[in-house]
Amino acid sequence: MTRKPRDKRMSIDEVVATLEDGMTIGIGGWGPRRKPMALVRAILRSDLKDLTIVSWGGADVGLLARAGKIRKVVYAFVSLDSIPLEPNFQRARQNATIPEVVELDEGMFQTGLKAAAERLPFLPMRAGLGSDVLVNNPWIKTVTSPYDDGAGHEELVAVPALKLDVALVHLNRADVHGNATYLGPDPYFDDLFAMAADRTYLSVEQIVDTAGLTVDTPVQRVLLNRMMVTGVVETPNGAHFTNCVPDYERDERFQKAYAAAAGGSDEDWAAFEERFLPGDEAASQAAVAAFAEETSR
Amino acid sequence: MSNDTTTRADVCAAAIADAFADDGEIFGSPMGLLPMLGVRLAKLTSNPDLVISDGESLFLAGVPPLFAKGDVVEGWIPFRRVFDVVAYGKRHVMMGATQVDRHGNQNISAIGDFAQPKRQLLGSRGAPGNTVNNRTSYWVPKHSPRVFVEKVDIVSGVGPRNAKAAGPGASRYNDIHRVVSNLGVFDLTGADDTMRLRSVHPGVTVDEVVEATGFTLDIPADVPVTREPSVEELLIIREVLDPKGLRFREVPHE
Repeated sequence: MTRKPRDKRMSIDEVVATLEDGMTIGIGGWGPRRKPMALVRAILRSDLKDLTIVSWGGADVGLLARAGKIRKVVYAFVSLDSIPLEPNFQRARQNATIPEVVELDEGMFQTGLKAAAERLPFLPMRAGLGSDVLVNNPWIKTVTSPYDDGAGHEELVAVPALKLDVALVHLNRADVHGNATYLGPDPYFDDLFAMAADRTYLSVEQIVDTAGLTVDTPVQRVLLNRMMVTGVVETPNGAHFTNCVPDYERDERFQKAYAAAAGGSDEDWAAFEERFLPGDEAASQAAVAAFAEETSR
Repeated sequence: MSNDTTTRADVCAAAIADAFADDGEIFGSPMGLLPMLGVRLAKLTSNPDLVISDGESLFLAGVPPLFAKGDVVEGWIPFRRVFDVVAYGKRHVMMGATQVDRHGNQNISAIGDFAQPKRQLLGSRGAPGNTVNNRTSYWVPKHSPRVFVEKVDIVSGVGPRNAKAAGPGASRYNDIHRVVSNLGVFDLTGADDTMRLRSVHPGVTVDEVVEATGFTLDIPADVPVTREPSVEELLIIREVLDPKGLRFREVPHE
């Protein structure tokens, strides 16, 4: 008998049960694109608190901020793209309800993940120099190059490693062992999130057998290798209302309704929560389906 | 082609195209509608070597109309590779600016105090990295003293004076090229690296620009008028790139 690698399938609730108050959680995807929203919704329903959230942010950051889950946020932007400013995030910032706020340049964010993935304390780069990123984050230091390549010993930003306790990412397909493909145009940085984290939980649209991953898909699309992955959850439509192309586009109508509720009165938001974040993921998906039915009429 | 007189939006598109005319074979990276129109106009006229993308993840060999799908693809530019090209330097980005100041610093982060802003904006996005790595320009569709301020509330994009103060690591590749607004064209070659008026758009007076600017501009003795687009450019803008007139959403008819 040949033995196979571990079967890492888990439920959404099993994943969230492994998380603890105060953890640093990286959330993959990009803005309103391929976010592990089913896992984010499960965190909203949990008692978890005082989280550090590290994200190129979209509604993941907005929702967690509105729910008071965030003690510290690390981001370069928070945006819904077609709706440029995220109303829940704006509200949290303007009311100063997130105790610690770390705004980085987009590229610094990647460099910080890279440093963590390579188990380095920092990596040097130019981004940040001369900007208020360094003024608002005085704990981020510079480093002087030991080399002179013609411009003297340059002073560069020592971008600190963005080490994560846990990474949450959503891809299109995976096998039960955690090998996973992205089928859309952009891998984003989900491999870096995975490697920057002690543990990575992966949600996917569909679990297939290992051979199925590359049967009609170039092997270069296998972004995550199972050694980077702790658990795999099948969550169809699990990135909703962000996109997960080619499986589905962003749900713009839902996003509009979300933004209107988030930017509206407390009652508007309470009604949105009650309708779309009622019980478990199945209940949320049923509410979304009913909304789609209603708005397509 | 219609016999309409040239609109302000057309003038702005040509002025943006001119900002990319001498860039050669680099990635022209527009943020927003008019910059996209201007970059594509440059590629079809003054700078065919320009490399353009769909704004998502593909380099386009052809030059499709605004928001249309490209036909021939010539490369892959997902976000991770955008960061590579930023550091590589062969890129000219034209960003927006909620505020831009006398020294060419830009703010897209927040209005007010960072700890508790009056208005949270996008966040710094790639502005700090762009401005110390590759050529950067700004597009301002509504020139006003609220945008053109003495000092930005938060420095996202780094102007030349800030870059010099931060040392050669920052100033070596800092290159704030143009600021194009609905009223005129500006650069940072004024005294002490301040903003200078390069040209006023046809129908705009220098006084109007001064009135709409919240700081003292460097104004040369003779301020030229921004050139009008050629007949060929007007044809490309109206018939090829923006037949639906999307540009008028940003720069309405006067």
